[in-house]
Amino acid sequence: MQNLRPINEYRRMRDPAGSNSTRESPVMLSSSLDSQEEVSIEEEVENSDAASATLGNVRCDNPYIVAENIDVFYGDNHAIQDVTLEIAKNQVVALIGPSGCGKSTFLRCLNRMNDSIDSARVTGTITLDGENIHSKSLDPVALRARVGMVFQKPNPFPKSIYDNVAYGPRIHGLANDRAELDNIVHTSLERAGLLKEVKNRLDDPGTGLSGGQQQRLCIARTIAVDPEVILMDEPCSALDPIATAKIEDLMDELSENYAIVIVTHSMQQAARVSRRVAYFHLGKLIEVDETDKIFTNPSHKLTEDYVTGRIG
Amino acid sequence: MQTTTLTLILIAIATGAFYFGRERSLLLASGQRKLASLHSLPGYYGYYTAIWALLPALAVLLIWLLIEPRIIVAMIVKALPDAQRALSSGELNLLVNNIRNYATGDIVAGDIEPFLRDAATQYQHLVAVSRHLLVTLSIGLATLGGVFAWRQITPEFRARNRVETVVGGLLIAASSIAILTTIGIVMSVLFEAIRFFREVPVTEFLFGLNWSPQTAIRADQVGSSGSFGAIPLFTGTLLITGIAMFVSVPVGIMTAIYLAEYSSTRIRSITKPVLEILAGIPTVVYGFFAALTVAPIVRRVGESMGFEVASDSALAAGLVMGIMIIPLVSSLSDDAINAVPRAMRDGALALGSTRSETMIKVLLPAALPGIVGGVLLAVSRAIGETMIVVMAAGLAANLTANPLEAVTTVTVQIVTLLVGDQEFDSAKTLAAFALGLMLFLITLGLNVLGLQVVRKYREEYD
Ligand SMILES: Nc1ncnc2c1ncn2[C@@H]1O[C@H](COP(=O)(O)OP(=O)(O)O)[C@@H](O)[C@H]1O
Ligand SMILES: [Mg+2]
Repeated sequence: MQNLRPINEYRRMRDPAGSNSTRESPVMLSSSLDSQEEVSIEEEVENSDAASATLGNVRCDNPYIVAENIDVFYGDNHAIQDVTLEIAKNQVVALIGPSGCGKSTFLRCLNRMNDSIDSARVTGTITLDGENIHSKSLDPVALRARVGMVFQKPNPFPKSIYDNVAYGPRIHGLANDRAELDNIVHTSLERAGLLKEVKNRLDDPGTGLSGGQQQRLCIARTIAVDPEVILMDEPCSALDPIATAKIEDLMDELSENYAIVIVTHSMQQAARVSRRVAYFHLGKLIEVDETDKIFTNPSHKLTEDYVTGRIG
Repeated sequence: MQTTTLTLILIAIATGAFYFGRERSLLLASGQRKLASLHSLPGYYGYYTAIWALLPALAVLLIWLLIEPRIIVAMIVKALPDAQRALSSGELNLLVNNIRNYATGDIVAGDIEPFLRDAATQYQHLVAVSRHLLVTLSIGLATLGGVFAWRQITPEFRARNRVETVVGGLLIAASSIAILTTIGIVMSVLFEAIRFFREVPVTEFLFGLNWSPQTAIRADQVGSSGSFGAIPLFTGTLLITGIAMFVSVPVGIMTAIYLAEYSSTRIRSITKPVLEILAGIPTVVYGFFAALTVAPIVRRVGESMGFEVASDSALAAGLVMGIMIIPLVSSLSDDAINAVPRAMRDGALALGSTRSETMIKVLLPAALPGIVGGVLLAVSRAIGETMIVVMAAGLAANLTANPLEAVTTVTVQIVTLLVGDQEFDSAKTLAAFALGLMLFLITLGLNVLGLQVVRKYREEYD
């Protein structure tokens, strides 16, 4: 029934996102109206307080990763504010938003890479396949083998192509002998779409490849450990369009086997590769929805401004 | 007039010139956009005038002060009676000194003869004349220079470019001081070393196995023909350096690993300054420590285990030298590890590496060239180190690889050869320069190699 309302009215009613919360950014206040009488509608729609701050649907079917009420602080800087998001397997979720809004920070929560930043403090719960990743019994090292990460700038190790891919299997003891290791390296390179280009020079340094090849090498390195989730932080922002297209195709294929979360600054890329899109703004998750919905019919004024290029 | 006063006057003139130059440019500036009608900002016209007032006058002052004493001495010597002019150069020097002392009212050695009194009077006179000339000349030149530059000033005059040329010249002069000094040092050592090699063949020096630099003072003395085989010195140096590196490389690198990857910020903030203090302790203090504390301990421990330990064993000196070098190794290694891009570390961690796997498999290999470069620099430091070995290592030029025996090093021998009275024409003294040259070449080679490696490695990540 709500969907029948005119978009604007819908947005206006839903806008005071944090009207029952104490943390309101000035931007959100400016777009909110006095909405005392609409509280009833809000309560009717949403059941949890956290989710009420985010428009669209943070939940999904068969969630594999569930992040509930995540807050991240860098010292006094409240970088992520009460974010709840579910991510399922076999789909790509894109995180978009202006620079500094906390996309990378949220991504790093999912494999506990924020642990290696001294000033960072994370609260809230994240479960991976039903298991709390912050529980004492779960070693972050083991977690990171299950949740791989690809970075903005290709960062192959100063080793040979072979050793780059074999690095993960070696430290995790995934191969019993050289033949098995060879096999893993070949399959990983194959799946990263790089095997054809480097087959004859596996012993050359990985740093000698082109930027796009390096990034695919990093992806191969990541899938060599056979993770369940792959996090990608702007994986194409340092690449040319052709290399970008290759990586995007790759993501499509990989999404058949993995849950993929990608941070991107390119609206087109998000539209092309992702099933769902999450829009972040100043540390808050403003809106999550099916990709089509976000780009054609966003619910929040900020989302609309961002996807139409008015901010960011 | 004192030189200081004169300099101050020159600076005052230059300050005045700055003011006048600036004022003139301001006066000349015209039109609506006053300042914009000038080629340069008014200050540049001021500086330009000041430079012309100061630099030529200062140059004259400097040159004058350099050559004035020689000219005066030459004139005095010329006026001396024939008997004195026939003296040897050494004695003549003494005499001139006496004259100068007498003229300035200092105590004079020996009797005061009439010719000396005359010469002294003449000396005073010459000095006074020279001073007058200097004052007139430099002040005149300063004024002239200032006026010259002042008259050149027009709105189109490119004062900024001129001033910047002069500033550039000054900077070049400053940086060439270090280079020229190095060349000078090398030359002086080189020439003395060549004199040494005229008396002792290079091959004997480089390959001789026996070092006893005692040469006969009188021809009839026995047992002191002197032999200058430098091998025992270099093996001794090598032994002590080896022990030092054996201590400092593992400890230094492990310290660096701890500081770079494992320590909390708080511990790092304590440890780093402490290491810097360690690096700042004068080596002579390490020398005490080696000679008075470490050497006896080494000896006691060694003897309790049934070894024969010399009281000034290579081991004690090497150990302490190693401790001294730890900060150098650790800070260079720390830099090298920190210079590995964070992305490398994150990449390794994100693949599920533990800290130690990240360190051993990714960071250390990536930082290795930098660490090697740092170690090479440390070796060259150890080879050139003097004070610790002078105090803690022996003088006996033993050809041995046993760290419990006394050995001597190149630097120790240089010191002992040059301490006390020397004649600069004996092979014994000149040998020091040959050793110095060798030492210089070796450490230079190591430094060049080390810096090369460090630099090459820096480029890799930029
Ligand atoms: N390592 C860090 N230490 C301190 N503050 C950080 C760190 N990384 C990110 N931040 C802060 O957290 C906020 C979000 O940053 P980030 O997650 O990198 O944004 P995005 O990836 O969306 O551009 C920013 O205000 C940034 O300054
Ligand atoms: Mg980012």
